[in-house]
Amino acid sequence: MRKEDLLFDKKNLRKRKIINTIMLSLCIIAAAMAVVPLIYIFFYTAGAGLTSLNFDFFTALPKPFGEDGGGMVNAIVGTVILIGLGGLFGIPIGILTGIYVSEYSGSLMSNVVKFITDVLSGIPSIVIGIFAYGLIVLPMQRFSALAGGFALGILMIPTVTRITEEMLKLVPQTLREASLALGISRWKTTLRITLRTASSGIITGVLLAIARAAGETAPLLFTSFGNSFWSTSLDQPMASIPVQIFNYAISPYDEWHRKAWAGAFVLISIVFIVNLIVRVVTRNKYSGSV
Amino acid sequence: MQEVLINTDILTEENIPEKTKKGIAALSTVGLTVTFDSRPAISDVNISFLKNKVTSIIGPSGCGKSTLLRSFNYMHDLIPKSEVTGKIIVLGKNINEYDSVGLRKKVGMVFQKPNPFPTLSVFENVVAGLKYTGNNKKSELEEICENVLKLSGLWDEVKDRLKVSALALSGGQQQRLCIARTLAVSPDIILMDEPTSALDPISTSKIEESIFHLKQNYTLIIVTHNMQQAARVSDYTAYMYLGKLIELASTRKIFTSPSEKLTEEYITGKFG
Repeated sequence: MRKEDLLFDKKNLRKRKIINTIMLSLCIIAAAMAVVPLIYIFFYTAGAGLTSLNFDFFTALPKPFGEDGGGMVNAIVGTVILIGLGGLFGIPIGILTGIYVSEYSGSLMSNVVKFITDVLSGIPSIVIGIFAYGLIVLPMQRFSALAGGFALGILMIPTVTRITEEMLKLVPQTLREASLALGISRWKTTLRITLRTASSGIITGVLLAIARAAGETAPLLFTSFGNSFWSTSLDQPMASIPVQIFNYAISPYDEWHRKAWAGAFVLISIVFIVNLIVRVVTRNKYSGSV
Repeated sequence: MQEVLINTDILTEENIPEKTKKGIAALSTVGLTVTFDSRPAISDVNISFLKNKVTSIIGPSGCGKSTLLRSFNYMHDLIPKSEVTGKIIVLGKNINEYDSVGLRKKVGMVFQKPNPFPTLSVFENVVAGLKYTGNNKKSELEEICENVLKLSGLWDEVKDRLKVSALALSGGQQQRLCIARTLAVSPDIILMDEPTSALDPISTSKIEESIFHLKQNYTLIIVTHNMQQAARVSDYTAYMYLGKLIELASTRKIFTSPSEKLTEEYITGKFG
């Protein structure tokens, strides 16, 4: 038998096909294992929470135990405000740090910054809560939305920085050269060409950071604390969905447990919808290369 | 007929050839050395490029062609641990007198692979160099856009598609778009770093055609791997080997009767 014929040997071919099928199956199983928990969580919280979900849930304030109805409008609005505060503080710092680390890499300073943000991303969120407590709550002598937003902002920084850096590094060097060769200054090149080319990836990173911050309970426990009443002032304690869920879930009342499930469902839905909206809005006019 | 462009021996710090036998030098170097991490990539290069002429730089891979070209518009600034010594005269002024933005407006560059800005449309790509340096008059930009696209021979193909993504164009069209983009900032000198090595023969011939027209108004310096291309498009040809300039002469002389043995061996395919 000649060597070339061996390549088309029936037995060999069957063996390769079997290995191919096994590997492909393993990939499909792994993919399913990644997706199934998410779907399961979504439908389980929906099943447990939908019964308590009604118009009141989104418009009414919490009621004391024993009274029927009530909702958590203060917590929903509070979460939006807290994430907004955190984003206002964390996203610009994160993106600018990412630009510095990626576009001005090589210097000692940028290596140090990179290392520190990596460490920061590993710090437990409760420690960040304590940090905000010491820095803002203690001097102010009270819990406040400001402290909560600050804690969430710090939490967002490493994620945003990391993804901004990774996405900017994916932009081919030739693109920067092309822009500079046209006489465009370095900061305009970064702003108009590099950052714009990487924008869809960076937006994804920002979304991840927001989604992570939206579900955080620990750093809010002793910063924004929680509030059973309507409050939008930033220097007062503010309710948030995760803390409200926590408070309801550890209570002994079935009614409150159902409310906690409903809150969890709303939280997941908010993250889901924000993702969806930003995806649609930023579906790039000319899909970027990254 | 002896037609040596420049006798490199007479080039010293003191007598930089503003005028040479054949015309005015748009760009010349004296003792130019570029090192990366203190390893020299080119050393002691004395060369002149004549105004409104096309000069090709040929030579085997790694001989320093691109390094030489990229030192003419401060592209080495981007590379840490690179060092450029020697003298470069651009349009009669020492290169030190230009800041990087000013220099790059005078000395444009077209790269090896087409690299249009992926997030911008065809029109935005062409005028990017003007728009991001402060020119925002729409009518003016539109006029320049049409002019430079005609110069690069792309206008007829894209005039109805100015609003589409630059990535929707073919590779050859993208490269002509990049040429148009470079022309839009109206440089005097255009550097081309193997502008057709990633393109098919038809696109290549279109670009060569536009190079032929461009030399009326611009000085072109083209690095190429393709000796036939050098023979087709250029008035003068420089041969480099191992970081040194071996010979610079009219293209006809280089390809018919080079004075250096190294040049002859390369041209006849004995190595390289």
